[in-house]
Amino acid sequence: MKSAVVVFPGSNCDRDLAVALEQITGRKPAMVWHKDAELPDGTDFIGIPGGFSYGDYLRSGAMAARSPVMTAVKEAAERGVPVIGICNGFQVLTEAGLLPGALMRNARLSFVCRNVPLRVENSQSLFTAGYQAGETVTFPVAHHDGNYQADPEALDRLEGEGRVAFRYLEECNGSARDIAGILNDAGNVLGLMPHPERVVEAAHGGTDGRRLFEGLLETVA
Amino acid sequence: MKARVFITLKNGVLDPQGKAIHHALEGLGFSGVNDVRAGKMIELDLTDGTSDGDIEDMCRKLLANTVIENFRIERLETA
Repeated sequence: MKSAVVVFPGSNCDRDLAVALEQITGRKPAMVWHKDAELPDGTDFIGIPGGFSYGDYLRSGAMAARSPVMTAVKEAAERGVPVIGICNGFQVLTEAGLLPGALMRNARLSFVCRNVPLRVENSQSLFTAGYQAGETVTFPVAHHDGNYQADPEALDRLEGEGRVAFRYLEECNGSARDIAGILNDAGNVLGLMPHPERVVEAAHGGTDGRRLFEGLLETVA
Repeated sequence: MKARVFITLKNGVLDPQGKAIHHALEGLGFSGVNDVRAGKMIELDLTDGTSDGDIEDMCRKLLANTVIENFRIERLETA
């Protein structure tokens, strides 16, 4: 798998994601600076990492979503290249219009930083093939703007089309219908607030995130 | 030529920040506040001849997230 991790000014989980990808795929991802207009030839997986791109100016992810590299990311996504956006990456993908809805300030206004149990709602996607539907996994969250909101029709559509990939099993940030992660309509773009890349090694407190990347590797490679 | 863009959350969108401000006002003894909605104002210094359409375009493409926010443009008369 030839993966690329996009780096914005203020990204801070880009290296965590790169380490996880290298460990699981056996190949170092290309780190692509946000000002690059192109992704390396043959890129078959794109990761948009967590962090605080542009200091969350204007809205979380708003500035990053308009950087030059995002045009290339959109084109790749349209061709079917899998794209994952984690935390700030999820915010960037909604701001870029690759995923519906918006991520707003947490309902209780406080930064949430802890492990949360999630239910895998859809095990049929590129990203969740390594899980069983209905399974509980624990990923850490660390965010201030993770409150997922969309209009009721959009939410019904996501639910009806099986595009809710992960759901919080306990109240986390006020997200509509406890949505933690969603897929685009083609199923090749996933955005989620929790951090699977932080739970790929037992020494780091868990390995529940491993299967996300392993499943992806199997379907992509 | 200057213009101001007022960005507010759409009706029905929960505004936790506004709620916190409301609670703080109540804590200060201001009991007559029914509700608080927080938004932002962006002031643009524009070259003469910038059309309303151009400013609207800026709002739709960047300044506001129209999934959750409304915007209102106000042109300022220059002296």
